[in-house]
Amino acid sequence: MNIAISVAEYIQEIQNGTIHVEEFIAKTLERINKVEPNLNALITKNEKALREAKEIDKKLRLKEKVGSCYGMPISIKDNICTKGMKTTCASKILENFVSPYDATVVSRLKSEDAIIIGKANLDEFAMGSTTEFSYFGPTRNPWNTDYVPGGSSGGSGVSVSAHECITSLGSDTGGSVRSPASFCSVVGLKPTYGLVSRYGLVSYANSIEQIGPLAKKVEDVAFILNIIAGQDPNDNTTLGDNTSDYAKDIDKGIAGKKIGIISEMVGEGADKEVIAATNRAISKLQGLGAECIPIHLESIKYSIAAYYTIASAEASSNLARYDNIRYGFDFSSEGYEFKAYISKVRGNFGPEVTRRMLLGAFVLSAGYYGKYYLKAQKVRALIKSQLDEAFKKVDLLVAPTMPILPFKIGEKIDDPLTLYLLDINTIVANLSGIPAISVPFEIANGLPVGIQFMANSMQEKLLLQAAYALQNTTNLPVVPL
Amino acid sequence: MTKIGLEIHCQLTKLESKLFCSCKANYRIYEPNSIICPVCVGLPGSLPRLNKKAVEKAVMISIALGCKIPPKIGFFRKNYFYPDLPKNFQITQYNAHGPISIGYDGKIQIEDREIRIRRIQLEEDPGRLVYEGISEKTQVTLVDYNRAGTPLVEIVTEPDFTNPKQVRLFLNILSDLVENLDVSEPDLEGAIRVDGNVSIEKGNRIEIKNVGSFRDIEKALQFEIIRQQSLADRNIPIPAETRHWDEARKITVSARSKEEEQDYRYLPEADIPVVVIEKTTLDKLKKEMPESIISKKDRYVKKYGIPLQVAEVLSSDKFYSDLFEKAHNEKNAKEIANLITTDLKGFADTREQRKQLKITAKHLSDLADAIMNNEITRNSAKTALQEMANTGKSLPEIISSLDLGHVDDDIMLSKIIDEVFIEEQKAVSEAKTNPETINYIVGKIMRKTQGKANPSHTLDIIKKKLDLQ
Repeated sequence: MNIAISVAEYIQEIQNGTIHVEEFIAKTLERINKVEPNLNALITKNEKALREAKEIDKKLRLKEKVGSCYGMPISIKDNICTKGMKTTCASKILENFVSPYDATVVSRLKSEDAIIIGKANLDEFAMGSTTEFSYFGPTRNPWNTDYVPGGSSGGSGVSVSAHECITSLGSDTGGSVRSPASFCSVVGLKPTYGLVSRYGLVSYANSIEQIGPLAKKVEDVAFILNIIAGQDPNDNTTLGDNTSDYAKDIDKGIAGKKIGIISEMVGEGADKEVIAATNRAISKLQGLGAECIPIHLESIKYSIAAYYTIASAEASSNLARYDNIRYGFDFSSEGYEFKAYISKVRGNFGPEVTRRMLLGAFVLSAGYYGKYYLKAQKVRALIKSQLDEAFKKVDLLVAPTMPILPFKIGEKIDDPLTLYLLDINTIVANLSGIPAISVPFEIANGLPVGIQFMANSMQEKLLLQAAYALQNTTNLPVVPL
Repeated sequence: MTKIGLEIHCQLTKLESKLFCSCKANYRIYEPNSIICPVCVGLPGSLPRLNKKAVEKAVMISIALGCKIPPKIGFFRKNYFYPDLPKNFQITQYNAHGPISIGYDGKIQIEDREIRIRRIQLEEDPGRLVYEGISEKTQVTLVDYNRAGTPLVEIVTEPDFTNPKQVRLFLNILSDLVENLDVSEPDLEGAIRVDGNVSIEKGNRIEIKNVGSFRDIEKALQFEIIRQQSLADRNIPIPAETRHWDEARKITVSARSKEEEQDYRYLPEADIPVVVIEKTTLDKLKKEMPESIISKKDRYVKKYGIPLQVAEVLSSDKFYSDLFEKAHNEKNAKEIANLITTDLKGFADTREQRKQLKITAKHLSDLADAIMNNEITRNSAKTALQEMANTGKSLPEIISSLDLGHVDDDIMLSKIIDEVFIEEQKAVSEAKTNPETINYIVGKIMRKTQGKANPSHTLDIIKKKLDLQ
């Protein structure tokens, strides 16, 4: 049995009765056991997966109503709460934390009979672009296990790419879905801010981040989006209706569409392989009838500074609650005074999280708020207004997802600034709230290259149509692992 | 000149649920940590859901205190570590970057003085710390999160008070006001908490925190003014600092200096989108607001001729003005107001006493009508009122069981008067020339009949017997 299949193929096979959920899950678990020692994509495996599969098979046998996922295995980034299964955020601080509730996205998937196969590795609290900053060790890229898989949703990208599941949910604060999608040769979507409920997503930078699906195919991503998108009474920032069908008309094509090529993202600082791939992608898009024109987004040069100011500020506040008093890891407070205890406890955060919390506390401190935080918010507003201008001229924007090819594990870990600069192409969408998607396009030197599209807020349908059109021009090799 | 400003925390105790989740807000009646959820204990991934009713109640307070209401209101996080604060930040409001709090620039009149309200903000209450153990060594700190997330309104005044007496007056008016608005119950322990700022001529500002009760703030301010003055008299500088009220010793003690002030690192709360307060919403809320105390008072005086002092007492007391509204008609209003303010309030003033009252609006109107129709004396009415309050029995039942009807029977009355005439011969002889003495005799008769003698009828008979007609 082939487990390297798409959502649509899986559903087809289950509906035809050619495979059963239980055998598919068993095969998937076998695959996980085989590849995990090399990849470390999953922090926790679902011990009950087979039992859940049997129940769905039983419902199918009895012709009872079965949810639209038919027991499809999905991995969930380990910063999204799952009832009864650990949610560690890849941190010592939440090493033993079991959430008493499901995130809204998780309960929606469960009610559609998806099987959560495991919790995916990430940079601690989603802070990082390589999945090297995990308390549980780095995740490795299945295309070459010496290389980083991107991040912070590296476990999600790898688990899909290496067929440990069919789809995955990640979270994208500065590119954390799209970066591993690009580095692992899968599709990754960052939806419009507010389209998908964040209830149950452990906050890192709450004004910026979104949960997004990763999958093998663009249409798979649309399928998951249909399930998870829409208003949620538990998240006051959600918007939109719950009835849009993102999969419908996905093959509409992009003939006649205007696509802006973001000049600032295809020049200096980018690998030549990436630029070459992007140019080939642009030719393909033109071949499909799109009109491609260059677009300047001058404020991009401030975007990294603005992003790390805002995200760090929010992180310093969001992570303040981890004082180990109500939940956390095993460490008695006996004999400690409150402040001494929490500073001892909070010494257990990893280096990147500590760095950002300190940075955030600094930019918010008295006398500096206007100089840093407010200024960053102004940059954010400027980026949004320049994008609004751009979307008056074009329907979509295109750029490489990552400026460079995947690199070796450990190569840049001691150079935080270089790592921050890798987010240059992705954070524009986060700061402005617009949707963006990364589509696998080429394999260069044995390493994946992804192409990114952006669209205006709530234009996910258009975005998915463009990504689908580009996907159909590609013929990519299978993962070597 | 002495300047005093206040920060008043007022719980919106009339709300069903907490400010950001649907947990019950009346934490006082529950076992510790039994009304909590992922949101109010700040579990990872949980998000606040703004209670719209809380916004409305807070807007009502702002309107009642003459505040401006910004078109858009927003929330901020106030970051500090404390064990009663589950997220280690409090969701509150902050006007440093423009007014976004629920109200600002208000004012309230106390006697001839105007107290300006700087701002009114909506925020969450933290949990409660409970200390257990006798000695310092064995003491443990327990946390009860039931209170965490309950809705609170902070009212900040300008430093417009010049003495603690004005403060007490203001607080009385304010607590009547929030009670009348049906947003809070000031009698509940901890429902209204007050911090004060005091400075004397050319002195630094001192903040007084930790004042447990309403009455103590006056004492704390009084103490603090005397302390500062005695420093100034000896030319000792008064450092800016926060002082705690030591309830046992009735003094203030230094808590932290200005240099040690916390930096709260305020940050906009992005999980709660800006709330737009439309004019239509404001108009609707204004319409829904209960009649103000001042308007009630004016109405009582103008419409029913109730004396000003009685009207003042009645209008500022929500419990009894509500009872009055239900009980009165145009004819008996004045009598009912009297019954409530002079008699009923006399034996049922505290919250507990009021709770046990079995009296209804019908009781009161029946009683007032009986007095006005001369069916019962005022004296007996008081006894009847007490009986109604205790038992809930109807007026006819009480009159017959306690024998409170007028002694109106000529033969009966005449017999009693004759008895008094024998006992009070000296007075009787004086009475012929001194009308004052007649009143004395009437009083004696009233005592004999336990107040049941019909006063005018009694007087008629006495006069007849003394040949005074």
